[in-house]
Amino acid sequence: MKSGVNRCQVISCKKNEQEDEVMQNLTDDGHQYDVAIVGGGVVGMALACSLAHLPLTKHLKVAIIDSNPALGKRNCINKEDRPDPRVSTVTPATISFFKDIGAWQYIQQHRHAYFDKMQVWDYTGLGYTRYNARDVNKEILGCVVENKVLHSSLLSCIENTDFRKTIYPSKLTSMALLPSSSSMGVDSTLLTTALFTKGRLAKVELSDGKSLYAKLVVGADGGKSLVRELAGFKTTGWNYSQNAVICTVEHTEENRCAWQRFLPAGPIALLPIGDKFSNIVWTMNPKESSDYKTMNEDEFVKTVNHALDYGYGSHPKSSSLGGRDMFSWLRGDVTISADECFEVPPKVIKLASDRMVFPLSLKHANNYVSKRVVLIGDAAHTVHPLAGQGVNLGFEDSHALSRVIAEGVAVGSDIGEVSLLRKYEAERKPANIAMMALLEVFQRAYSVDFGPLNILRAAAFNGAHYISPLKKSIISYASGEQKIPLRLPFFS
Amino acid sequence: MNLGWRMVRKLRIVNARNGAFFNARFFSDSTTQLPLASVTVDPFSNTTKTNNNININSTSSSLKHLELAKFAAIADTWWDSEGPFKPLHVMNPTRLAFIRSTLCRHFGKDPNCAKPFEGLKIVDVGCGGGILSEPLARMGATVTGVDAVDKNIKIARLHAGSDPETSTIEYCCTTAGMCQFWFISCVRLSFLVIEHVADPAEFCKSLAALTIEGGANVISTINRSMRAYATAIVAAEYILRWVKEMTGFVYNPLTGRWSLSDDVGVNFIAFGTKNTQ
Repeated sequence: MKSGVNRCQVISCKKNEQEDEVMQNLTDDGHQYDVAIVGGGVVGMALACSLAHLPLTKHLKVAIIDSNPALGKRNCINKEDRPDPRVSTVTPATISFFKDIGAWQYIQQHRHAYFDKMQVWDYTGLGYTRYNARDVNKEILGCVVENKVLHSSLLSCIENTDFRKTIYPSKLTSMALLPSSSSMGVDSTLLTTALFTKGRLAKVELSDGKSLYAKLVVGADGGKSLVRELAGFKTTGWNYSQNAVICTVEHTEENRCAWQRFLPAGPIALLPIGDKFSNIVWTMNPKESSDYKTMNEDEFVKTVNHALDYGYGSHPKSSSLGGRDMFSWLRGDVTISADECFEVPPKVIKLASDRMVFPLSLKHANNYVSKRVVLIGDAAHTVHPLAGQGVNLGFEDSHALSRVIAEGVAVGSDIGEVSLLRKYEAERKPANIAMMALLEVFQRAYSVDFGPLNILRAAAFNGAHYISPLKKSIISYASGEQKIPLRLPFFS
Repeated sequence: MNLGWRMVRKLRIVNARNGAFFNARFFSDSTTQLPLASVTVDPFSNTTKTNNNININSTSSSLKHLELAKFAAIADTWWDSEGPFKPLHVMNPTRLAFIRSTLCRHFGKDPNCAKPFEGLKIVDVGCGGGILSEPLARMGATVTGVDAVDKNIKIARLHAGSDPETSTIEYCCTTAGMCQFWFISCVRLSFLVIEHVADPAEFCKSLAALTIEGGANVISTINRSMRAYATAIVAAEYILRWVKEMTGFVYNPLTGRWSLSDDVGVNFIAFGTKNTQ
């Protein structure tokens, strides 16, 4: 007993000696953070806002690393500008997340377009589905917002809190984490560098020569994530030999519905973006995309109108497969939209922006977390932009990660511990994979033009149109309220 | 008295690295009934420096580098969440959530605060490698970890020292019974020790003795023996009358997570307060 106490004394006093001198160094060590977010895009900024908002995480010291000059500016959006072609369709779940963190009020100050109807059909003319927000007693199905509006809103949101964040206008060059070790105990100091050597901090080096340390590094740096690469996360994925052509177009009147038509080479979507403008996301093969990018404007407008109307095939008739009668036995209560007829989208009269082309790919990180490193958004999963779900999955990641960090703070965990971060992975990975798989099925189903398959697809459309529990389930999933695609609608 | 005086001297030395501030608070919060505490405040805050200097010289000789390296290796297994102590790591957040909610309620602390335990002094009896002490320190508590195994204390100290948020934890190799002269705490926690204790009832009494009036006790164990459960809880509840809230832990093998339940048969955690009668 006596010897035990004596040893206590010795170690305590040894520590004490160093602590006195080190504590001062520690306080003016500006490069040590709780969280370093690499990538200040919408997903990374949403994480920062969410951390700033939650009572348990608002004390955290956060660094945001991004060389994008937009992070340094405030409110650079001119309302008179025509809509930027880079838009996102945000789901009701994302909207309520933005409301929670206090960012939605800034979006409302800019151009945004709610829509309460959606029509999906295909070129074979065999079937169509119309969705109405009132089917599920909601006001809206979603909202289309320009990415720059999302970004500046999040930036305004975080500027208006007293959150301790530092923006590094630089790029990540390297990242290091030493294995956890207490073996340096003898020369114990609490200097940042010593904490790094003990595996209690990750080190992040920047292109401007600065370096910083953090308990947790968040890779929010997009599909080509360097964090993912440096941390050694493997990915699964492939390129679709497809490109998306995106642009803003103008109508004679305001569009209030989201339209999507499946064409042989891929879907074309026409999304309302406010005023008399719509956004086009048109998926096609790379050869076509370069043609469509360069063809003259009038011809392009004509092609778009053609693709959204009679091009490739006739309009679907609701009775072509017996429709409502065929499904009458499992319709349950009738949805409002089941009685809505097929409509032709509003005509495009003018191109209102440059045409931009993006290659499409699918990529999924096999793991989202390791010690002191976590991936969110496109860094963890890049999806087909089919249903505009990509960015919503990213926001769900931000939301989930901030909650997990708060849970960790609540019980006094080290927020970089992998056992804590796994909770985030366990929540998000199955949900992201489910969405990716579903989009992949759609993608594959439309990459083949084959008679029986076409009829099957049409039957699926009709089923989705007429079977109300199924329809409600689809809407609920697409709005982000339900995390798993088909909780069997018949039993729900 | 003579023995008590010696114990306090030792405590003072262990606490030395926190300096006079900690010491003063430590004793001034202890309300009456413990004349020993009030007697010792002044002399020891004055002698802090002296103690330091004396002991530093002996550091290098009394602790060999090799020995320390050996403990460091074990420390890493204690703290490897995938290692031999995995069940403990998995269960930890659940019991910490219980402690957080019961203590916040008892002491009227804000549960939405990141460091709700600021101002509370907690003794973790049977602290092992410090798996519980460290989170409690991050939650703002002034923590003293006590373990009868010298090796555990060394491991705990090494690990806590590598994070500024936990480096304030005091670790001491002793038993609950021996603590009572000098740990006058608001909250006492003892985890996973009851099953190893020869006389659980006596153990509970010594825990109660450590707690100040209005303080709280939390006991938890992975209860391998029904006897330990029965004696500890019966003793706690009926002899000392301080069990206020008790809950069981159940493990869900599908999710790999622990949650709280009404079934106290296997693992349990209990909370009690000490009130002025």
